[in-house]
Amino acid sequence: MTEMIQTTATRTAETVAARLNRRYTAERRFRALGLGAILLSVGFLAVLLGSIVDKGWTGFLQTQIAVEIAFDPQVIDPEGTRDPATLDTADYAALVRAGMAARLSPEADRATRRDLSALVSTMAADQLRAMVTADPALIGSRATLWLLASDKLDMVVKGQVPRQVGAAGNALNDRQLGWLADLEQAHQTRKTFNTTFFTAGDSRAPEQAGIWGAVVGSFFSLAITLLVSFPLGVATAVYLEEFAPINRWTNLIEVNINNLAAVPSVVFGLLGLAVFLNVFHMPRSAPLVGGLVLALICLPTIIIAGRAALKAVPPSIRQAAAGLGASPLQIVAHHVLPLAMPGMLTGTILGMARALGETAPLLMIGMVAFIVDIPKSPLDPSAVLPVQIYLWAGSPERAFVEKTSAAIMVLLLFLVSMNMVAIVLRKKFERRW
Amino acid sequence: MIRKTLAVAAVAVAAIAVTDAAQARDQIRIVGSSTVYPFSTAVAEQFGKAGKFKTPVVESTGTGGGMRLFCSGVGENFPDITNASRRITASEFENCTKNGVTGITEVVVGFDGIVFINAKSGPKFALTREQMYKATAKEVLVGGKLTANPYKLWNDVDPALPKEPILVYGPAPNHGTRDAYVELVLDPACEKQPEIKALDKDTRKKACQTVREDGAWVEVSENYTVIQQKITSNPAAVGVITFSYLDQNADKIQAATVDGKTASFDSIANGSYPVSRPLFFYVKKQHVGMIPGIKEYLAEFTADKAWGKEGYLADKGLIASPDAQRKEQAANAKALGDMKM
Repeated sequence: MTEMIQTTATRTAETVAARLNRRYTAERRFRALGLGAILLSVGFLAVLLGSIVDKGWTGFLQTQIAVEIAFDPQVIDPEGTRDPATLDTADYAALVRAGMAARLSPEADRATRRDLSALVSTMAADQLRAMVTADPALIGSRATLWLLASDKLDMVVKGQVPRQVGAAGNALNDRQLGWLADLEQAHQTRKTFNTTFFTAGDSRAPEQAGIWGAVVGSFFSLAITLLVSFPLGVATAVYLEEFAPINRWTNLIEVNINNLAAVPSVVFGLLGLAVFLNVFHMPRSAPLVGGLVLALICLPTIIIAGRAALKAVPPSIRQAAAGLGASPLQIVAHHVLPLAMPGMLTGTILGMARALGETAPLLMIGMVAFIVDIPKSPLDPSAVLPVQIYLWAGSPERAFVEKTSAAIMVLLLFLVSMNMVAIVLRKKFERRW
Repeated sequence: MIRKTLAVAAVAVAAIAVTDAAQARDQIRIVGSSTVYPFSTAVAEQFGKAGKFKTPVVESTGTGGGMRLFCSGVGENFPDITNASRRITASEFENCTKNGVTGITEVVVGFDGIVFINAKSGPKFALTREQMYKATAKEVLVGGKLTANPYKLWNDVDPALPKEPILVYGPAPNHGTRDAYVELVLDPACEKQPEIKALDKDTRKKACQTVREDGAWVEVSENYTVIQQKITSNPAAVGVITFSYLDQNADKIQAATVDGKTASFDSIANGSYPVSRPLFFYVKKQHVGMIPGIKEYLAEFTADKAWGKEGYLADKGLIASPDAQRKEQAANAKALGDMKM
């Protein structure tokens, strides 16, 4: 009998232990799954970022060649008038060609000269022009200058295309590679920080292309977006949350706002095309229109975040203010809104960060275009950062691959810093009750 | 604070609206083919660098999309020039006329070849137009009857081809390159067959111009870089792209010979490579004088230093037309000759 009780007891204990064990295993499995999911996504992120950085970091460098340039008065200003118009239109490319020929192949025929000038960017001539027009006293002197190399040379120096003579994809011929080896031996090539990338607009020559035009375009677009969507969004959120009666109409509006937040952004682009361009005849490709379209995209996010922030303000604040005789407007303007502001700003910044990364809606309004001039106002045609990335990614020249990745890094940096600001704002000003 | 922000916003919007009304467009706007885009942008940049005019804005919309924008009207809201990788069609021309675009100057820019590429690491293809037709048409003749394309492997089409599944990445219908593929590869190969010749025009057109929809032909609507990436990750897959793109990326991809001919600058220019086509741009004559710089842009484009055999467009992969044709085209561009359909 006692034996039987004992065995039953042992059996129960065993069952309990087994069940417990199963529960622990299930728990461990669940944790492992969660951890695995996180590790997997971190892994993906690392691969993505790693490949971007790996491909793009050389985009921040540029290759230069040291060339001794003779500022030949015969070429620049044969009549010696020092007339600014003459100085401006002189053939500075000839000076570069002569300098290269003197260094590498003094008795150059026409074909050799062509090969020589293919090593130097066409921007070198602009560089000389700027120097001479700034200081005409240079004419007649000689100077060793670091000139920007062409994208073909740049790719070989950076090791992005094979360096063997005649290797496919290498745009340099054996003679040019020989010259390059010669220059490198004499330490007349160098890699420096690529300032052009941060100061120039778009260009078809990869070594002259920069993101500044796109950055300015993004700035103008986002400024318009902020100016339009923030006041509208805050006003809507305040009215809906604090003043509007709850009835069928406000419910309908609420449902619509939530739906709008999920509409694909290209639809807003079509709307922009139909309304802003075709009805109001606003200029095509302008950040003004881009900003307005992006404002429409941001608006639902701002309203939803704003309402959540207003809801988080405890009713006791409103009651206390009302108890002291404040009018509804005073309650909102003096007490509720300042307390809700950090939450609203966070929502706004997140909406703006989304707007910064949009390309699809801008396609419709002509912002996906080759635009060289840096925009001076929100009415000038302009690209934005993600558009610039898209355009470079589609360009056939090999040197645009690193430029694309470099531009992606810049865009990511902007996005990360905007999100950081949002986090800091939240941490610093958020109040909990 | 809210009131202030609102006030600032209102003032800004009002200011913008006022300047908008006052400002007329002072730069050329170009739309159209993604094949002509690299050349058009290079010319635009040079033109802008000369400093007299603003740099033209060039949008890559595809030939068809460009024609739609170009033909939608006259005025500063509509583009001045559209690039095309095929000739304007009769219906597009009609649409232009209907919307008041009455004077159009046509300029032949040069030539481009269509190449069939695969990854360097893959097998080397030697294709004919007939094989490409058999591999990519939706319906082919089997035993004299039109049936859904039965070929799964390249060596089903021709025993001499590799034993690899047929997978072709090609441009989507918004590309002029796709139209050219149909016109230069599918149509000629298809209409050579006597059974097809016997059909009436509409059935023939449908039979010859529709590409497979069973997954063997994959449409890529973005750009050639996307096609190149798909090709390099799948060495047996074949891509349909333009010669200028191949020229810049010859270390990663290789081109198949077509009808025994290798694509090169010379073979395309002299017409011995079978799949080549002229490239165009179209100028809206009514905008000359209204938008500054159009004549000067044409002069820049049609100068030998740009589109000549050794011009800067040749570096970008453009295949120059013969000297006599260039001369004639340049004269026509200068005189803004009216085109006729």
